[in-house]
Amino acid sequence: MAILEVNNVHLSFGGLQVLHDVSFSVNSGEIYAIIGPNGAGKTSILNCLGGFYHQQKGQIDFNGIDISHLTPDRRASLGLARTFQNIALFRGMTVLDNIKLGSHAHLKTGLLDAALYWGRAHREEMELREEIEKDIIDFLEIEHIRKQPVSTLAYGLQKRVELARALAMQPKILLMDEPVAGMNAEETEDMVRFILDIQEERDLTIIIIEHDMRMIMDISDRIMVLNFGQKIAEGNPQEVQQHPEVLKAYLGTDKRGQS
Amino acid sequence: MDFFLLLLTSGIAVGGIYALIALGFVLIYKATSIINFATGEFMMIGAYIFYSCSVLLGLPAIPSFIVVMAGAGLLGLLVEKTILRHMLGQPTISIVMVTIGLSSIMMGLAEMIWSSDYKSFPALFPRAPIIVGDLIIRSNLFWGFVVAMGTVGIFALIFKYAKVGVAMRATAGDQLAAFSMGINVRSMFTLAWIFGSIAASIGGLIIGNIGGVQPNLGSIGLKIFPVVILGGLDSIGGAVLGGFIVGIIENLAGGYLDPLVGGGVKNVAPFVILVLILMVRPYGLFGRKEIERL
Amino acid sequence: MRIGDFKESYATDEAVFTTSTSRFWLGVLFLILALFPFMVGDYLLYMANITGIAIVAALGLNILTGAAGQISLGHAAFVGIGAYTSAILSNRFGMPFLICLPLAGLASAFFGVLVGAPSMRMKGLYLCITTLAAQVIFEFFFVHWESLTGGIRGLNIAPAKIFGLNIGTEFGFYWVTLTVVIIAATVSRNIFRTRVGRAFIAIRDRDISAELMGINLFRYKLYAFAVSSFLAGIAGCLWVNHLKSITPEHFPLHESIRFLAMIIVGGLGNILGAIYGAIFMTLIPEILQAILKFFEEIFPQAMSFLFPLQTVVFGFLIVVFLVFEPHGLAEMWVRVKSYFRLWPFKH
Repeated sequence: MAILEVNNVHLSFGGLQVLHDVSFSVNSGEIYAIIGPNGAGKTSILNCLGGFYHQQKGQIDFNGIDISHLTPDRRASLGLARTFQNIALFRGMTVLDNIKLGSHAHLKTGLLDAALYWGRAHREEMELREEIEKDIIDFLEIEHIRKQPVSTLAYGLQKRVELARALAMQPKILLMDEPVAGMNAEETEDMVRFILDIQEERDLTIIIIEHDMRMIMDISDRIMVLNFGQKIAEGNPQEVQQHPEVLKAYLGTDKRGQS
Repeated sequence: MDFFLLLLTSGIAVGGIYALIALGFVLIYKATSIINFATGEFMMIGAYIFYSCSVLLGLPAIPSFIVVMAGAGLLGLLVEKTILRHMLGQPTISIVMVTIGLSSIMMGLAEMIWSSDYKSFPALFPRAPIIVGDLIIRSNLFWGFVVAMGTVGIFALIFKYAKVGVAMRATAGDQLAAFSMGINVRSMFTLAWIFGSIAASIGGLIIGNIGGVQPNLGSIGLKIFPVVILGGLDSIGGAVLGGFIVGIIENLAGGYLDPLVGGGVKNVAPFVILVLILMVRPYGLFGRKEIERL
Repeated sequence: MRIGDFKESYATDEAVFTTSTSRFWLGVLFLILALFPFMVGDYLLYMANITGIAIVAALGLNILTGAAGQISLGHAAFVGIGAYTSAILSNRFGMPFLICLPLAGLASAFFGVLVGAPSMRMKGLYLCITTLAAQVIFEFFFVHWESLTGGIRGLNIAPAKIFGLNIGTEFGFYWVTLTVVIIAATVSRNIFRTRVGRAFIAIRDRDISAELMGINLFRYKLYAFAVSSFLAGIAGCLWVNHLKSITPEHFPLHESIRFLAMIIVGGLGNILGAIYGAIFMTLIPEILQAILKFFEEIFPQAMSFLFPLQTVVFGFLIVVFLVFEPHGLAEMWVRVKSYFRLWPFKH
């Protein structure tokens, strides 16, 4: 069953066409990968899904609801979470606070509750802490750094904290923009393990962008290939690997192609 | 009608001076992305240097003027090298506050050196008012306008044609690209401060010549903000146009509304206009919205 | 010396004062604050009062500018609105101090939200300049709406009473200031223990990803403006009831800058920092005055340098902290503490 349907999305900035008539649908519970050369428009798709960019044409349905005109924060509270290519943690906060921030939309504390920190606000914070410790911090093995400011962490750990923050959003779809880029082999292995565990245990749909082809071919259920803002292929890993258009885009038989 | 023309001409004259001061501000902002809240104080220091040379040392106007230019350039260089260099890439609040701190230092030092009394310049221009038809324009205002426009023109020529001007424009457009073209970006920053300081000090001379010098002469520098917001922070042409708009509006508003509310309209009107404009166009009349990236 | 620090529940881990040592020192602090007014004269009580008022205002600005990252050059105007509201309510309607206090806060919060509304569409420098415009425009109204504000001569009010007790003296007012400071600091701290405070910091650090995390940017920016100007209004009410008079000259742009300087010198976004900064920036001019008084014997004109010297030192402190100690006094204090924690066993 499709949890997300993207129909005929066009996106351009000034005269620059970034996405051209892109359509795809993602089934509930699958790992759906988007690959393509640099500048193919992969991150732009995530930005359209998250609501940071607004497509000029086309529609995005999430669980049967058209979300095309919702603000990013509304989309987030509906269950779209995101990790970023260039880490976008809140540098002024500790790991724990970053993760707690992910739960924002699920909490109820208002301004007055917060000022008093009495009854509901206090109870809510304590429950949140317990939940996060159990479901996220233990799960991602980051107990040792929970009180550290994120800016002091190693790159690989920061990426993991980003994942933790996204999980705290209790998403239905997790959008991951290059989760293993720049990681060493060991860190990559950990991250892959977490991604697979998340999919299995949490009934989550994952949309992933990645350049690490071996990893993508290993974990994805289906893959879409983009080139110059257009979808050129879609299918399971074997199909995509043998697709002539894909070979052309990646191996550079096209004179503009990139390796 | 006469009253209107009178307000309009003095508005244009004052606007030209604002344009020059705003030019100094925009030069620095374009190159370094630093908002110079001390622009007014750079003006004040320029005016005091001129006062010291011409009155205290008895130098004639031209040598005094040259000393002012040299002094202002040196001040800009010093400030950039010692303080603002450290602020590149810092959050807006730090950059805003460091120049505010700087303005406080300059104001205090000026009062220590020159005391808080009014100082006036020797007469630089013929005192006779300029008369065009029915219009009478105060000579200091008229000549101030001429000098301001001349300076703006010279700066415009430098930017358009001189090699260093082109390099500065390139740096403002795209630092990384300029750097890779072999332009020394750092020295462009310094140069921007030198030029900005010189432009401000000439503005200070004109204002000092009209109304005398006091340590709080720089408070007129606040007017720059309506001017540059109107014109867009990164546009030199916009700054000049913004200067005229603000000059004219504040004179008209002051002339017609002051009697109704008991004064002070001149100072508040530009800010009211500023708020109205920002409500309609959050990036100013000529400013461009920056495309944000994740 | 403090060694291991074990916690048995998340609630104790989330408490503000986590160790018995810190609770002990907090107790000592309260004891000193309670004994202070019995040990000193009116001048020091006056200093304590104006410092306390500055702390309340600085705590407010710290939420807006320090934590939520929205620069305000108009904080003094909001203090002014609180002060005028309080004076007008008590003069015209005979309202008691305890009613004026929250109303002054609410009046300022209302205008704060109004000024903050453009933050929906603009940010950074453009918003900063909008607040500058607000400062200039409010100042204009303070001066020119004479029927309401008394123009440049301002307003005078009668000494305030709480339940018939006169708090018009420095001694009486000390208790009011102290109570308000403690409440304001607690409220500030509370906000940062919840999602509201986290949202503020997220907006400051990365507004775009904050929005993608489900934070309604506009609502939370308005919250920040509201809380910040509410505290400013409270500070204004204290101010006018302490001085018993106000004029527009009390709330110029320079005063807004002074509040900004407090939170920068103290440490942006840090509650203790705002408190340290307010104390420090209030005491510095007095210390300079004392130093010049001392030199007057040798150098008779020393006092004429007081004002410019204060101006220079004020600017110098801002620049030096920004360049060399951007995390402010709060960070310096943490370093000093951690140095002495293991002292004398340094290695």
